[in-house]
Amino acid sequence: MDKQELLDTVNKKLTEHFHGSIEHEELSYDFPVFTIDKEKIHEVLSFLKNDSDLNFHFLTDLCGIQTSDEKHLGIIYHLHNMPKNYRIRVKTFFPMSHPEIPTAVDLWPAANWMERETYDFYGVKFKGHPNLKRILNVDEMDIFPLRKEYPLEDQSRDDKSDKMFGR
Amino acid sequence: MAKKETIKNNPVKEPASLNVDLPEEENEFHILNLGPTHPATHGIFQNVLKMDGEIIHEATPTVGYIHRAFEKLAERRPYNQITPITDRLNYCSSPINNFGWHMTVEKLINVQIPKRVDYLRVIIMELSRISDHLICNSVIGVDTGAMTGFLYIFQWREKIYDIYESICGARLTTNIGRIGGFEREWSAKTWELINNFVKEYPKALKEFSNLLERNKIFMDRTIKCGSISAEMALQYSFTGPNLRAAGVDYDVRVMNPYSSYQDFDFIVPVGTSGDTYDRFMVRQEEMWQSLKIIEQAIKNMPKDEHFHAEVPDFYLPPKEEVYNKMEALIYHFKIVMGECDVPKGEIYHCVEGGNGELGFYLVSDGGRAPWRLHFRRPCFIYYQAYPEMIKGSMLSDAIITMSSMNVIAGELDA
Repeated sequence: MDKQELLDTVNKKLTEHFHGSIEHEELSYDFPVFTIDKEKIHEVLSFLKNDSDLNFHFLTDLCGIQTSDEKHLGIIYHLHNMPKNYRIRVKTFFPMSHPEIPTAVDLWPAANWMERETYDFYGVKFKGHPNLKRILNVDEMDIFPLRKEYPLEDQSRDDKSDKMFGR
Repeated sequence: MAKKETIKNNPVKEPASLNVDLPEEENEFHILNLGPTHPATHGIFQNVLKMDGEIIHEATPTVGYIHRAFEKLAERRPYNQITPITDRLNYCSSPINNFGWHMTVEKLINVQIPKRVDYLRVIIMELSRISDHLICNSVIGVDTGAMTGFLYIFQWREKIYDIYESICGARLTTNIGRIGGFEREWSAKTWELINNFVKEYPKALKEFSNLLERNKIFMDRTIKCGSISAEMALQYSFTGPNLRAAGVDYDVRVMNPYSSYQDFDFIVPVGTSGDTYDRFMVRQEEMWQSLKIIEQAIKNMPKDEHFHAEVPDFYLPPKEEVYNKMEALIYHFKIVMGECDVPKGEIYHCVEGGNGELGFYLVSDGGRAPWRLHFRRPCFIYYQAYPEMIKGSMLSDAIITMSSMNVIAGELDA
């Protein structure tokens, strides 16, 4: 099955069961990508994992992202069905003012640390996570460092301003 | 018989931040703080163990001691300046990380890589796999009390590092190659070193195998130690030799071939029980397979002269052209200042690293640096199964379980 067929198959199945919850679907390079409504994300993931044909039993990766308007956060799931070698990417977005999403630890135990990492860097609260606390940074830290509002370098320096390079 | 001690009398003070939940009532467990800089853990790993005598009842790992915020750094750096960051992930096999990153960017900017570059990369990646596995396996030997194998086999890692050095000038954190290919043609000396290695290493590896593979003491120590079932390994998203030792034949090189791996004939060794011995044996066999791949690559090397693709936006022009030609000078400046245009896009590319599927999730907004770069670091993901794997085993088994999992602190903490 090539990527386009995989995209169509998954899309058809998802539309059947979760009509109206798929906000967007596309083929981005070699990955079928689905953007799912946050309210339905857990049910969709559970369906993708347990459907006998699709059976995305392996969570390759889970990470956070901030949208370019810097007002929304997102979670990116990379799922894999090893026997058939299907790979898809599932995304969901929510406003930064209310960063809450159901956990995926009940589906894939591997999500545990990946969600803790996402919480650590983006401050996304995973509802139902057994042990949601910082993992790579110190517990006392009071910011979520990968958010764009926290710049990497000292912003009072003007010798590194992008204006100097015509950007 | 150990004296019954209450937690209250225990001389080990429990700092508030350890977060081990202790029952209120008096019990016979005691807390052992293993790490962060314990000589037997080969890296910065802390585990707070709740022990019943010498049996581990519960383990709480703490990670992040050498966290260097690579993902944040990458959001500020032009694409070609991110390669040195990837060196420092799994530093036992840096070239795989480097090439993985280069291939991710090449996928984003959609350039066709010459077959010869693919083959050259395969040679280096398989040499890195050998150096990664031989360190891991010989360290299992050290932790079970066999120092000789480690000291003996370590000189072969030096020979691999000599090969890196003759190609790129660096040994450990290699920063090898460029986006598009290699920085220069390999010298005759490099080929001589590689040919010597391929000729002589099998003898050393055979001796190393003879030392440990059927060694009664080694087998007694490692068989049924730190086992994990295939189902459990998949649930915890294991990849690489650790997953294959549990019996799942998943290898990125076969499943999603990159860098022309589809041209090579090799087998993917699998274990059955997922214990320390199986992980050791899978790595041993993978070293033999890597040698086979290198031999094939040398034999079938395309006869052309390409050592890089035509990507003027990312590949530095030769110095003499920079001094004499306007065009080359402009590109030189653009690349050094990180001013080259990249398309908008979203990429996931994965390679088979030394210890599992190393993935790069890259989101480009067309700017000079990635909008978001996430490293899928295999050992960060599978290390979370460690407490479960050592539950109920002896402390000394926990040590060899950790060394057989090939957890590299640099990759764990990114």
